[in-house]
Amino acid sequence: MEILSALGDGFAIALTFENLLLALLGCFLGTVMGALPGLGPSNGVAILIPLAFTLGLGPTPSLILLTSVYYGAMYGGRISSILLNIPGDEPAMMTCLDGHPMAKKGMAGEALSLSGIASFVGAFFATWGLILLAPQLVKVALLFGPAEYFALFALAFMTLGGVSSTNQAKSAFAAALGLGLAMIGVDTQTGVPRFTFGEVHLYDGLDFLVAIVGLFALSEVLIFLEERHGSASAEGRKLSVGRLTPPWSMIKQCTPTMLRTSVLGFVAGVLPGAGASLGSFISYSMEKRLVDKEGTFGTGDPRGVAAPETGNNAAAGGALVPMLALGVPGSGTTAVLLAVLLSLNITPGPLLFTQNPDVVWGLIAALFIANFMLLAMNIPMVGIFTRLLMVPPRVLMPVVAMVSFVGIYGISGSSFDLLVMIGFGVMGWVLRKLDVPLVPIILGTLLGNSMEANLRRAITIDNGDWWTLVDSPLSLGLWAVAIIGFIMPIIFGRVVKNKMRQRKDEEGAISD
Amino acid sequence: MSDRIFGVFGVLLAIGYAMSALAIEESFLSDAVGPKAFPLIIAAILGISSAVIAIKPDPEPHWPDIGRFVEIAAAVVVMVLYAEFLPIIGFVFATALAATYLAWRLGSTIIGSVATGVGTSVGIYVIFHLVLGLSLARGPLGF
Repeated sequence: MEILSALGDGFAIALTFENLLLALLGCFLGTVMGALPGLGPSNGVAILIPLAFTLGLGPTPSLILLTSVYYGAMYGGRISSILLNIPGDEPAMMTCLDGHPMAKKGMAGEALSLSGIASFVGAFFATWGLILLAPQLVKVALLFGPAEYFALFALAFMTLGGVSSTNQAKSAFAAALGLGLAMIGVDTQTGVPRFTFGEVHLYDGLDFLVAIVGLFALSEVLIFLEERHGSASAEGRKLSVGRLTPPWSMIKQCTPTMLRTSVLGFVAGVLPGAGASLGSFISYSMEKRLVDKEGTFGTGDPRGVAAPETGNNAAAGGALVPMLALGVPGSGTTAVLLAVLLSLNITPGPLLFTQNPDVVWGLIAALFIANFMLLAMNIPMVGIFTRLLMVPPRVLMPVVAMVSFVGIYGISGSSFDLLVMIGFGVMGWVLRKLDVPLVPIILGTLLGNSMEANLRRAITIDNGDWWTLVDSPLSLGLWAVAIIGFIMPIIFGRVVKNKMRQRKDEEGAISD
Repeated sequence: MSDRIFGVFGVLLAIGYAMSALAIEESFLSDAVGPKAFPLIIAAILGISSAVIAIKPDPEPHWPDIGRFVEIAAAVVVMVLYAEFLPIIGFVFATALAATYLAWRLGSTIIGSVATGVGTSVGIYVIFHLVLGLSLARGPLGF
């Protein structure tokens, strides 16, 4: 019951006028960003971070705004999947399979509203899962010493690559590159400058927000320039939506599917490195095996719309569990959210729940509120979003680029940071061409310093003995999982990833 | 071929990184590990993974033709100029010019690009500066 009273306090925080307004704004912007092909959850959240700072928002309101964007983007992705057969973001890829055939049959409205309900169910149960699981994970995390934390960070890096890239060498490269970039600046323990090459701007280290916005948002602009893909995918197509309520029989038919895939998606989200794309993928695959007796999946079966949408939203909630409880994000977007927390001087992890319960529970309450707002926004008002799909990238992309510049300039007021951001944009473009995943780079720049600090702390405590890293059963266990997580995808990963790739258009190479 | 070049570049990067890590001056007040050890571990991972990429390359990615390369290079130059001139000519002009260029290169008509550029610039100025109070770069005219 402790949990319920904490949740009650959370609602007291979230239900202020300002926070409700921010949640509403976040839900709206998130849905728009999810729906527009080319803007996914991670770059959507990334370009809004500077806005949250310059508004002078405190930790809880900023998080409310940005997690509403996160949940909203997960809802929005389905709109263009269903109407245009182009996923608005990567997790919505699987929704194309049955969503678009339904729209072709003239049931676009039903598909949109059903998937809205499915998103709601997934996110709702995942938020409860977050409430129940996160405090348990915190209890485990309190047993962690520096050596275990070092192992945990290694685990995050080693498992992250398995899903985001086909080539483990490339994900290892990306992680090392991110960690290497994090080392730039004055060493916090001895005060000596490292890798600064005498440049005063670098003494403080690279601002990871600059890296994130450059890698995600600017590289997207460059991709669009390269393909000269300036016209809206929706142009010249008729977007008739039709009736906006699914019949009861359809909801009833889909209920078991939604309940099963909520659980599955949530579990996929909690696992490190998996994230929402995998959540929707395995949900669809499992439902296809379980209930597709007549072979209707892929031809516009409502259950084939409900399964991936529930799965991806449940995974989005699940991915918040390791981020909040351990400080180790399981996906790209939660890595961006972690960057927000770190910039606000809040260190996620077990102590967050005892030191800043207002942040945690206010956030969780806001997730519930945002979820209801999104349901309301996504069913009756879905027409607004379908019209926004007509905005062509030749208008959208300059706006994205300029908002990124404004945001970064607004934080630091220096041209140097803008140049660094452009550098990251170009690097992001080249690396995406070479199929090097970007998420481990971000995670490396975010976690590099605390990973090193834990390593040094662990060894210093043990008087310089490096064996202390594998001294306890807990750290041995973590290392074992990390190594298995790194090797498994080399053996099996290609199969799964290729299956996912078959459905993947050239849209959005950023895995969330 | 791309992956082989990339891998070789990565190995060189790792060597350079390791060398600058070795060049870090140790402070006389150091902990047991010191500021060099972790960067050296990173350099090792960077080097090994790059070597693996070079030895076992993936299929060739789809590179754009030379015209598209020039396109991207030109866009990068425009962005760099934007960053450099922003504090000098002020936010509104710099942003309008840069956004117009990008819109034009993404296939808008001339009039459409100017409209997009001016609209983006003024829109951001109104929302971020006048409404939200974010301080933007000031030019000689005060905006």
